[in-house]
Amino acid sequence: MSLAEPAALPVATSAAPRLHVLKRLSAGFKASLPAYLLLLPSLVFLALFTYGAMGRVLVDALYQRTTPKAPVRFVGLENISAVLADPAFTGAVVNNLIYAVGTAIPSIGLALLFALALSRTNAVSSALRAALFVPVLIPMVAASALFLFIFLPNVGLLDYYIGRLLPVLPNWLGDPDIALYAIMVITIWKNAGYYMLFFLAGLQAVPEDVMEAAHLDGAGPYMRLRHIILPELKPTFLFVTVIATLNAVTQVDHVFVMTQGGPSNATNLVLFYIYQQAVEHYDIGKASAATLLTLAALMSLTALSFRTMANREGGP
Amino acid sequence: MTLFNRLFRDVPLATRGEITPKLGFLLTVLLAIVWLIPFLWMVVAALRPASDGINTMAVLMPSLKPTFDNIRDAWEIGDFPRYTLNTTIICTGILLVQFVTITLAGFAFARLAFVGKTLIFYLFLMQLMLVPVLLIVPNLSLVAQLGLYDTLAGVMMPFFASAFGTFLMRQAFEAIPTELEDAALIDGASLFQRIRHIYVPLSIPSFSAFAIISVTSHWNDFLWPLMVINSPDKRPLTVGLSVFTKTAEGTQAWGTIAAGTLMVIAPLLVTFLIFQKRFISSFVTSGIK
Repeated sequence: MSLAEPAALPVATSAAPRLHVLKRLSAGFKASLPAYLLLLPSLVFLALFTYGAMGRVLVDALYQRTTPKAPVRFVGLENISAVLADPAFTGAVVNNLIYAVGTAIPSIGLALLFALALSRTNAVSSALRAALFVPVLIPMVAASALFLFIFLPNVGLLDYYIGRLLPVLPNWLGDPDIALYAIMVITIWKNAGYYMLFFLAGLQAVPEDVMEAAHLDGAGPYMRLRHIILPELKPTFLFVTVIATLNAVTQVDHVFVMTQGGPSNATNLVLFYIYQQAVEHYDIGKASAATLLTLAALMSLTALSFRTMANREGGP
Repeated sequence: MTLFNRLFRDVPLATRGEITPKLGFLLTVLLAIVWLIPFLWMVVAALRPASDGINTMAVLMPSLKPTFDNIRDAWEIGDFPRYTLNTTIICTGILLVQFVTITLAGFAFARLAFVGKTLIFYLFLMQLMLVPVLLIVPNLSLVAQLGLYDTLAGVMMPFFASAFGTFLMRQAFEAIPTELEDAALIDGASLFQRIRHIYVPLSIPSFSAFAIISVTSHWNDFLWPLMVINSPDKRPLTVGLSVFTKTAEGTQAWGTIAAGTLMVIAPLLVTFLIFQKRFISSFVTSGIK
């Protein structure tokens, strides 16, 4: 028998006797066997590290286990309520919200500006695109090493060139009121060039004849941007917003390298809190509870935005 | 003025003359320069002699007497050859296994009919939503249970299956005309022969796009290897650099830090400069890293 002949799937009709249905179903499974074998390697790893991990987070969140060897004790929702009552966690959530909005809006705005200015295919544009794209390839850890010096008090790049113009030199990473915004700069620097690519791709979908017609009708640049380009870029905006939100929760390498969540928790973000609970306090229960809450929030956000996107595309 | 006009000559209609074009373009040029400053500083500082002292560290003008001392120091203190080797092993290992898993699964989704196809498809989609970075806590305990704590295999394993790669290959395989496969079938080619000799060779562009995305993201990975790896000699570049930065920061050896950072960034950056178009188009098609 030749493997993987695209087998027609037997469809059970409700009128057929039960035994017959089972027989046909098992025949269907038999014909599906080659496909299952091809999917098996992927499914094994997905089962271990994605679905299994999800299940383990759910279970671990219900138990108390403070050291790797300590006996496990069922505590129900206690971990969840403990996390919600922990000012370090709620602080990290607030920080992460500020961080998400404060990095998404500037980097998306800049990305749009870059894309509008650099959508041409000449050498100058492509050189500028490459310059703006370079930070995307730089690991967050390496970027953090560079920005550690940029933000260094007095001798650092920022103070050396601009800080001298200020009446007081701020300690960029040491001041709780400024540190979070300082690390946001790195994220904006790293992501704007990445989002630019999606806007560049999106701009290619803007119909030229509509633009030309508007041009002939005397619509100015602002009118064309407002009424043709931006509406056409709506799916791109939504897509980039989803990515920016995910990035805001998953990019924390700079917190590790630069501030360790300090000063006084000012730059603590949710993922860093999870790491602290798991690795520094060995509190797997609390770490799992925090993971669960974050995943729930992220997944509902993503689902919501994709639903909006689907509705929009389904509409007229 | 003529130069400026020439810059705008072949503007496609979609963007011709948008929001005060010259101002917008000028702003973009300025920002592109600003965007390159951290990178420029790194190169200049890495080549500046330590004898110039801390007060000139921020000067962006290159030193007139450039030195390779910083690079040599970083190379020796930080054990960067070892870190580079580890990162290379991790990225290659992940990519090779991924190639197998995504080819097989992509083919199943593209060409085979089977019971539960939609359900399994959604199971794959879930991986895109579940953000692997957030699942580090359960995955670390699993890796420990499997006896893979503090091994490079432990760093690689969670990434062996890739939903994104599977979808990419499914799309590539669907675009291949079935007539080719039918001809091979008549000649008696087995399933694996057909995949190996028809589907894989015709999908090389998709494989290389996937390779770019996969290597870039795992080259830059930090948090997961930080948690899995304990021994200094198993550190990848990112973890090595963070430890190195911490040590050198105390001694104010910013030239050495710049040199170390340069070593971490250089391999990817050089590859990017050579295959610029490939990189850009891969990132556009990927969307989700």
